[in-house]
Amino acid sequence: MGILEIKGVSKRFGGLKALDDVNISIAENSVHAIIGPNGAGKSTLLNVLVGKLVPDAGSVTFENQSLLGRKPYEINQLGVARVFQTPEIFGDLSVFENMLVPLFAHRDGTFRMHAYETIAAERDIVAAAEAMLDEVNMLEKRDMHAASLSRGDKRRLEMAMCLSQEPKLLLLDEPTAGMARADTNNTIDLLKQIRDKRDITMAIIEHDMHVVFSLAERVTVMAQGTPLVEDAPERIKGNPKVQEAYLGGHG
Amino acid sequence: MLGLSRKDTSFLLIVIFLTLATPLLLQPFPEDSALAQFNAGYPDLMQRFAIFGIFAIGFNILFGLTGYLSFGHAAFLGVGSYSAVWMFKLLTMNVIPALILAVIVSGLFALLIGYVSLRRSGIYFSILTLAFAQMMFALAYSVLTPITGGETGLQLSLNDPRILGVSQTPEGNIPVPHLFGLEMRDSVQWAVGGWEFTFNAGYYFCAVIAILVFYLSMRIFRSPFGMMLRAVKTNQTRMNYTGLNPRPYTLAAFVISGMYAGLAGGLMAAMDPLAGAERMQWTASGEVVLMTILGGAGTLMGPVLGAGFIKYFENIFSKINDNVLHAWFAFLPDGLEDVVVAIIHPFVGKGWHLTLGILFMLVVIFLPGGLVEGYRRLTRAFRRTPRPDPRRDPEHHPGPVPHVGE
Repeated sequence: MGILEIKGVSKRFGGLKALDDVNISIAENSVHAIIGPNGAGKSTLLNVLVGKLVPDAGSVTFENQSLLGRKPYEINQLGVARVFQTPEIFGDLSVFENMLVPLFAHRDGTFRMHAYETIAAERDIVAAAEAMLDEVNMLEKRDMHAASLSRGDKRRLEMAMCLSQEPKLLLLDEPTAGMARADTNNTIDLLKQIRDKRDITMAIIEHDMHVVFSLAERVTVMAQGTPLVEDAPERIKGNPKVQEAYLGGHG
Repeated sequence: MLGLSRKDTSFLLIVIFLTLATPLLLQPFPEDSALAQFNAGYPDLMQRFAIFGIFAIGFNILFGLTGYLSFGHAAFLGVGSYSAVWMFKLLTMNVIPALILAVIVSGLFALLIGYVSLRRSGIYFSILTLAFAQMMFALAYSVLTPITGGETGLQLSLNDPRILGVSQTPEGNIPVPHLFGLEMRDSVQWAVGGWEFTFNAGYYFCAVIAILVFYLSMRIFRSPFGMMLRAVKTNQTRMNYTGLNPRPYTLAAFVISGMYAGLAGGLMAAMDPLAGAERMQWTASGEVVLMTILGGAGTLMGPVLGAGFIKYFENIFSKINDNVLHAWFAFLPDGLEDVVVAIIHPFVGKGWHLTLGILFMLVVIFLPGGLVEGYRRLTRAFRRTPRPDPRRDPEHHPGPVPHVGE
């Protein structure tokens, strides 16, 4: 039984079957990649997982609790964090404030409103924010305007914000999309470091095979809204069905 | 001190000093000088500075922090005024119960209107608030006339019950609002040389309240709650994926700013015990938007400056008529004098809105951060040249986000 169980999920948009009877089980503390050509339904699946879309049929359970019908923030409170294709950070806030928001939110796991304190008086949270920034090597940029960061730094900040809430499952939507090779490699290293240091499950939706094969322990290949094959990455490479449906086009 | 950083404490002290010294500072010209008409140190106008300052500070908590632009905030101002006058009519002429009721009732209205309006954002939110305010304005004129007094407005009368007070003074007059006996209209005149200063009890009462609510807004700006509100403004998607529902935050901000507006409305009634529906009209709602943007939305001091600026214009610029202009330009040859007066004429007196509109456009185009940004640019220009502090090097040590500054 995996930490995340997707069973028989289907979703139609008008006449288009975006997801067709999807069954995927993601094991705890593993790195699971979901790959597939454009239009395979990867993004639709992700939106179902985070509560943005409600599927027509099927079930999604996280630690034996159904995720269906929950709002995105409620799913996040259960311990599911999401990293977006384009980093979603608080652009008008400083880097440090970006770190403080999730920490204040998650404080004691309560997600309550904090109206009376002053920020500086909350030493434990300030210290946690500094430690987290240090972990992703961004401490010296703490006072920068977050919108002025480079793409790679925005990604690091976004991951740090997600990780500060100690999620059990981290969903990554093409984390290296639009990045230069150097930034991509930095991101891979960061993800490896996260994987090795923490008890965390990662589900990565990715186009870039280099990223997939350097990180994932399991790979699900999707095509036309349904999973084609699921296997270890080294065996995926040689699978004829996969080559035909997906890799074939790229040689 | 008081939960503020050292910088904020000194900032607050400056604000307190300026507020308390207003009757002196706004009266810079001797009474018999030609410039005396630019003096603004008379009680009625100073009270309005403080009251609209409070209104704008509250509006800024919603608009400046969360970015939700309400076009109906004058409704809460009106509700506050009506509540206060009813308290004067029914209970006592003491202003404290009146203000408490004004804040509570406007808070309830804000809760209701905010709960509905905040289901939408952007322009739809603005339209919803505008619709609610116009609805309340129309109701006040029509079916609610027994409560609001309709077109004549709600006034005190000689046979009000006033349980904890008297219906009439021994002389047969309507009693006046007071704070435990201190009448709001009481003033002390002080003449020094050619100057004449007026210290008015009503102004100082408004000023003390304004300082208190300014301090409160400062604490909100610096609190984690204020940070969350700015986070709502920046990125609601990330907010959601941080486990936070933005709605309670925006609703709290809406109710707080509604209560500020109600307090301002209650103070208006405390200074002059009557309330009319025109206070709730959409132009009044638009005015507070102008004040906030003109001064600098999202800054602490901006809305207060904007409120003072607009109220000064409304009361001083509008008093300049053709006679005054002719007196100013009397030194010019007759024909030229008439031409100059004719050119300036549309911009002053009744045309003060035109000047205000032009100034507003200039500020929005050239100083998007409002008057506060203008001040910052000035201080930066003066500071940059003398000593280049390495920590102030903008490229390698960029300063904190210039958003919640003073």
